[in-house]
Amino acid sequence: MDIDQFLNQHENKSLLRLLTCGSVDDGKSTLIGRLLYDSKLIFDDQLSALHADSERIGNAGDGEIDYALLLDGLKAEREQGITIDVAYRYFATPKRKFIIADTPGHEQYTRNMATGASTADLALILIDARLGVITQTKRHTFLVSLLGLKHIVVVVNKMDLKDYAEDVFESIKADFEAFSSELDMPNVTFIPISALKGDNVVAPSKNMAWHAGEPLLPILEEVDVAGGINTDDFRFPVQLVSRPDLNFRGFAGTIASGTIRPGDLIKALPSLKESTIKRIVTADGDLDEAFAPQSIMLELNDEIDISNGEMIVHAENLPHISTHLEASVVWMTEAPLKAGQTYIIRQTSRTTKAKVSDLNYQVDVNTLQKHPTEELQLNEIGRIILTTHLPLFFDPYIRNRETGSFILIDPITNTTAGAGMIERHLSDDKPASKSTDRREFLWEQGLVTPGNRAQRNRHKGKWVLFIGDESQTHKLAKDLEYKLFNKRLQSYYLGLSNLSEGLEADIGDNFWDREEHIRRIGELGRILTDAGLIFISSLERVDDYDLTRLKALNSPNELLVISIGECAVDEKHIDLQLEGGGTAEERIKTIESELDRHTGLPEYNI
Amino acid sequence: MKHQLSQLKQLEAESIRIIRDAYSQFENPVMLYSIGKDSGVMVRLAQKAFFPGKVPFPLLHIDSTFKFKEMIQFRDRFCKEEGLDLLVHSNEEGRAAGANPFDLGSRKYTDLMKTQALLAALDHHKFDCAFGGARRDEEKSRAKERIFSFRDQHHQWDPKNQRPELWANYNARVNPGESVRVFPLSNWTELDVWQYIRLENIPIVPLYFAKKRPVVNRDGMWVMVDDDRLPLDGEVPEERMVRFRTLGCYPLTGAIESEADTVEKIVEEMMTTRLSERSTRAIDRDGDASMEQKKREGYF
Repeated sequence: MDIDQFLNQHENKSLLRLLTCGSVDDGKSTLIGRLLYDSKLIFDDQLSALHADSERIGNAGDGEIDYALLLDGLKAEREQGITIDVAYRYFATPKRKFIIADTPGHEQYTRNMATGASTADLALILIDARLGVITQTKRHTFLVSLLGLKHIVVVVNKMDLKDYAEDVFESIKADFEAFSSELDMPNVTFIPISALKGDNVVAPSKNMAWHAGEPLLPILEEVDVAGGINTDDFRFPVQLVSRPDLNFRGFAGTIASGTIRPGDLIKALPSLKESTIKRIVTADGDLDEAFAPQSIMLELNDEIDISNGEMIVHAENLPHISTHLEASVVWMTEAPLKAGQTYIIRQTSRTTKAKVSDLNYQVDVNTLQKHPTEELQLNEIGRIILTTHLPLFFDPYIRNRETGSFILIDPITNTTAGAGMIERHLSDDKPASKSTDRREFLWEQGLVTPGNRAQRNRHKGKWVLFIGDESQTHKLAKDLEYKLFNKRLQSYYLGLSNLSEGLEADIGDNFWDREEHIRRIGELGRILTDAGLIFISSLERVDDYDLTRLKALNSPNELLVISIGECAVDEKHIDLQLEGGGTAEERIKTIESELDRHTGLPEYNI
Repeated sequence: MKHQLSQLKQLEAESIRIIRDAYSQFENPVMLYSIGKDSGVMVRLAQKAFFPGKVPFPLLHIDSTFKFKEMIQFRDRFCKEEGLDLLVHSNEEGRAAGANPFDLGSRKYTDLMKTQALLAALDHHKFDCAFGGARRDEEKSRAKERIFSFRDQHHQWDPKNQRPELWANYNARVNPGESVRVFPLSNWTELDVWQYIRLENIPIVPLYFAKKRPVVNRDGMWVMVDDDRLPLDGEVPEERMVRFRTLGCYPLTGAIESEADTVEKIVEEMMTTRLSERSTRAIDRDGDASMEQKKREGYF
């Protein structure tokens, strides 16, 4: 190959942006150093400087190259021996160019990982073979899932220190799959490697002939990167309006998603005025078609007033246009986020003010438990409701990373305070609220009142929810239904798994769909208790926020929470805690007296 | 039709987006023009960003007074031909006092005639945004640089307190006196820059190409005798086929022996010698992490 071919090949490579996440000492920097080294793009003088550095502060031991020193840029970090900020690295193979976002493993640097993940197509999650899946692995995986990365490669490193044993690798793989099933991950690839020794990094490892899959580099070279861009919905945030002379007016921007052609019917947002595309202008000539992420200028056939920060879309495919939205947010600054505060929001090319109208909860990224909270601290992740001053034009983040993402800027310090991913829009005429006041206000009743029903049934409608030890809750719930039924009370047990192919057939059984799952069960409880039933069910994996929501959704009717055994929720949400031991008979008695105490069973009172 | 851009087209699109984004968010931007090859690429990207209009902000060149003569000639001709609005600023007090790298040493001279001159020019014009042609692959401390890099009122960069940068949602908010350096070429590598120059036919200073030039050897570095200000302590300049991998002040910029007189030959040489470009700059040799120190002080 001569130099012309070499340069043309380089120009026409595809580009993969990847994120590396790992903990301190799991060999992440060594792995990246190895990729750079083995792909022979580390220049000689950097190498000779490296040899000098390794002797002074290196950790690799006598004579060995410390690959990690290639990476740690800033002086302070080098002396502490840890990477503390996002660093970007570049290397290329004949097939592809790579940009690595190298992020630190420290707990307090969640924000850096979110930053690195925001531009990445693929995540490398490193696991130390000696330690297996640890808390930080779970945290990294959660963030990768939150930021919507489509490709994940789990790299089990330091296999050399575990004698390259297959069962070590298989057991870590099983652990990872067990906890990640909750996160709705796309296809995950697992590779056993030794970054230090070079096993399975570029070439297949002789020491791990039992591993059938490809080494890391070929996998990175072959991953399909086109899948990350939304090709369906044309979204063109206008960055500036160009009027070089009286005869030309062009709207400049970068296509966020979708494709556009001359002649296409478009709408301008927020005016909703229509026109058609006259020309797609670039410095290299007009285009017959343009697609994301091209930077272009659009000329229209009609004089429509469109400004910087507005959007051009296909007329028959509009994004949400709203001042209300619900979003997940990663908090990135010392001053906590609180409900009621106002920030500056930057979303696509648009800047306006946004008020946090509600802070729904904070997620514990280690346990995936949601907790109601007043404040979101640095490096915490939560769910918020935003009300913006000007309407935003957006799609859910899961559908469109470009139009579904935003940053919140602190108006006093000007720092980037938070990173947001839009979950859903909330319509303008039904302002977002956690309270059910509006539903109750509009509730239409028949001729029979709840009082009539209570008199006939001899009890009020009520929801009894069992949580905790799954081996006991189902059985006890069914026993209670039976016992009450035999007392001629209106009891009804519902196995909530019955919903998965019916009422919940359209949502998944994972963390991200949890919110909607809870909403539907809560609404169902409200209806069944309104019908006068003692509604009995048992629910798995509940947290504080779920119980708060269920109570609110079921109001004005009562929810009685009965916990059996260990349960990770605040005791203030629990009405009755049953410990192990005692016969089923005794336990039902205890529950009945609790029902009695809550005046749920009027027959005992009258 | 496969809707996928080549990596170089992706970089071009990203850079154009960054330039337009900064222009739309800041009130008074300027583009720092070093006359080097990266500046050449950055200017071309700015022209593309605003086509068919003109680049709507000025270029600023900090003339340290010891630049190669060919650089200054190239600068004036290029800006005139391309219709670019050029501002040139020098530290006039330093010039009057005869500041030079031989008496002051490279560090002190660079601080006075480059860093201080740049900061004075930015203050004088009240620019709130300065585009720079730096790339993250150039040097270790730059790997962590943001695309929108915040500078306080004293133009200081605080590596511990950088604004998080997510997706392409750039934060351009500053208070009066503060500013942001914007680096549209952040994700380009040296090879990308050369290929783009070749593809786009971007004019560059002839010093990049090999030619017989008068040089003296200083500590293993070939220094070109560009004018009579270079003190020769009994040395006799010799004519050698040399070229420059980076351009700056001629007494501080080493030449390499080379026969490469086309872009293709330069790339070929680059790939075979594998000598990274900054190794010819004296400034990086002033102790470990010296570039990071200079960045904190406001130079880049």
